[in-house]
Formats: sequence, C-alpha cells, structure tokens
Amino acid sequence: MVQAALTLMVLGLLFGLGLAYASRVLAVKQDERIEAIEERLPGANCGACGFAGCTSFSEALVEGDAQVKACTVSGSDVLASIAEILGEDIDLSGEREVAVIRCRGTEEAAKVRFRYEGIADCAAAAQVGGGHKACEYGCLGQGSCVEVCPFDAIEMGPDGVPVVDEARCTGCGNCVEACPRDIIAVLPENRQVFLLCMAELGPREARQICTNACLGCGLCARRCPQDAIVMENDLPVFDFEKCDGCGTCVEVCPADSLRRSAVWGNDDEAAG
Amino acid sequence: MASELIVIFVGAALINNVVLMQFLGICPLLGVSRTLSMAKGMGAAVIFVMAISSMVTWGLQHYVLEPMSIEYMQTVAFILVIATLVQFVEMVMLRYSPALYRALGVYLPLITTNCAIMGVALLNIRDNYGFIETVSHAVGSGLGFILAIILFAGIRERLERADVPAPMRGTPIALVVAALLSMAFMGFAGFGVADMFGL
Repeated sequence: MVQAALTLMVLGLLFGLGLAYASRVLAVKQDERIEAIEERLPGANCGACGFAGCTSFSEALVEGDAQVKACTVSGSDVLASIAEILGEDIDLSGEREVAVIRCRGTEEAAKVRFRYEGIADCAAAAQVGGGHKACEYGCLGQGSCVEVCPFDAIEMGPDGVPVVDEARCTGCGNCVEACPRDIIAVLPENRQVFLLCMAELGPREARQICTNACLGCGLCARRCPQDAIVMENDLPVFDFEKCDGCGTCVEVCPADSLRRSAVWGNDDEAAG
Repeated sequence: MASELIVIFVGAALINNVVLMQFLGICPLLGVSRTLSMAKGMGAAVIFVMAISSMVTWGLQHYVLEPMSIEYMQTVAFILVIATLVQFVEMVMLRYSPALYRALGVYLPLITTNCAIMGVALLNIRDNYGFIETVSHAVGSGLGFILAIILFAGIRERLERADVPAPMRGTPIALVVAALLSMAFMGFAGFGVADMFGL
C-alpha cells in the first residue's frame, strides 16, 4: 500500500518535473505585444471577434489577421490603446449593436404541443420531436442564451421568454449562436423598427399557434408612407435606407409584432 | 512473427475496430465529426498519441508496475502517462510545428479524456503483447479510429443536406448512422485474417 502510493508519487513527480523542464526547453518566444494587448482586452473570452478567446485574438491582431474593432466588447478608449500598441490608426465611429430577441411567444401566448421535461437546454429541447412549442419558429424558453451570455445581459423573463438588458449587452453574439431557432439577432441599437416574430406563417396558422405571432397580413407594408416594407415569406422586410422612423407600421400592426427603439420614440409598451 | 503482426494490425483496424466494435472513443466520434476536416485532425492526433502512449504504458507495466507487484495501480498510472504525454506532445508541436498545432487545435488536449487511448493501452497488457505487437496493435487501432471517424464525418456532411424528418434531425439521425456503420463493420467478425493473406 505504502509502496504503491510512493511509486505513484515518484512517477507523478518525475512526469511533473519532466514537463516543467520540457516547457522551459521548448518555450516559444512570444511577441511581447501579444501579452500587452491581452492585458487590455476584457478577458471574457466571449468569442465575438471570431477567435477562440482573448489570447488568440491578441495573437491574430499582432499577426495582422484581425481588426481591432472586431472586439465589440471593449470601449473606444480600450480599442484606441490597443491600436496604439499596434501602431495603427482606427476609426471608432460606428453604431453600437445589441441582441434583440425576436419572439414574443410567452407561455401565455404560444400553444404547446406537449410538456417538455428534459434537460434545460434549448438545443436539447429542439431535438425532442421538433420542439414542444406548436410554433416551429418560436422561443423554446430553456434559457440557453441566458447561460452563454458572458456579461449577464440576458435574463429569463417571468413569462418564459428571455429579456435583454441593453445597457449590459455588448453585441458579442454568443446568444445568437446558442439559439437553435435563430430568434436572436445582433442589430444596431438605434435601428428604427425591430420585428419581434420570426414565424413564416400566414394569418390562419399564426393565429392558431400563438396569439403574439406576426400574422403576415401585410398591413404594415401597405400603410408605410415611405414604401420601405415588403412582405417576404409572410414576414415584413424593412429597407432601413428608406425608413424615416415615422412609426406608422408599429401603430397599425394588429399583432404588436413591431417595436421602435429608444431613439425613435419607443414608449416601452411593446418591449419584451 | 511478421504474419502475427499483420493479424494483430488488421484485427485492430477492422475486425475489432475500437469505435464501431468495442465502442471506445464514442464521444469524439459524435462530437468532432461534423466536418471532414475536423475528423481528419482528430484522427491524426489520436493515432499519434495512441501509438506513443501504448509504448510508454507497456514499458511502465513491465518495468515498473510488475517488478513492484502493484499492477492494481495500472489505471491510475496509465492515466498519468496519457495526460503527461498529451501535454508534452502539445509543447513539442507548438515548438516545432505550429502549423500542425493550430490545425489540431482543441482536439489535442481533448485526447486526454479519449477512452480509446486508455482502452488500447489496457488491451495491450490484457492480451500479453510484446513491444512490437503493442506498437502494431496501437497503430492498427488508431487507423481503425481514423477510418471510423472519417467515414462517419463524410456521411454526416451529406446528411446536412438530406431531407431528414424534423424530429430525427441532429443527434437522433447521427446515432442511427453510427449504429448502421457499426452493423456494417460486424460483417468483418469472424474474418480469418491469416487465411485472407495466405499466411
């Protein structure tokens, strides 16, 4: 017994020493700018830049394979200081983007085909018989987006649909990937109008499965004074070049599927 | 001697395929097989670590554990070896072949927890293989793993575009595919390798 424990300890010690020695002999010289940049980055490893984490992002920056601005999380002062290390000039104007949950299929509104009692994970829920919600476009409400958010910016609302805290959201897009139904999108914060339903369904089907669904009626497209809306697959598609943010579409929508952003006079009623 | 090695090699790669017949290393088979390139990377890393770890664990068993008659510490000692080896291989690759290191990426550390590596190391001992036989068995098993994961990844890539019924999409159809592949490999069972090569 003692002998076995000792032998294993010696083995472990040998392997450990071997590794320690190897790491010194085989050490790879790193560009010191990589470390300097990494220190300034937020360190959340959220992956918004498209790299595995802050370390690989800093490596890519030094190698010239990435843009400083790809980090949506850092504020403009941090980005400027990183650009300084790299000896680059960057233009920091540009719109802030936030995640938008494009479903209002709350427990009350959306019909359910069966009760889901599996793992609390949206991807898992989506795989059980095509999801428990009658709407195949709707939020499954298991909170996978809440789980992956590195900034605690998403919370599960009381009615089973997540809510984004726009002040905390950095637009990293982790939630977009976590959502098996493509309900979440990272959109410019100051966009005139947000569409809050993804159901490509006609009026009759939509009414049957969710009382909050976009009916695909096309009223918004017909009433838009700027002709900025066309209907595609029973959903409105906006041309934000033409849109002047008048809000007519939001007012006429019989299903309340549209929401204005704060800058464009959102009265907060339709939010969520 | 040579004929025996071929029998072990072909047996490990096809007849007793680690993944499809012995059901070892199922996690990477399902987890890292979404694209063909990922599967190739994982396969290359596995065969490499499998060969080296089999040699080292064989030595450890016969020159350390057996003389001290503490064979019951096999599992712990082997895990120690595999974990150390993976770390070491990572360092060597980073130093001498950064391109390969980047290509294998996260799959390299993942091998630490690949049960196929551990399984092959233990099978070498159970079947009383000599050193050369151990190498042959490990490389054969590694090739078997590559074969399985690449076949599986190829099928899955096509499945992406196939019209699968909604409830079967994703994991369910992947499991069905794995089962069918495994059944196909059962066709090798009872195959006389020695007769096949006229040995």
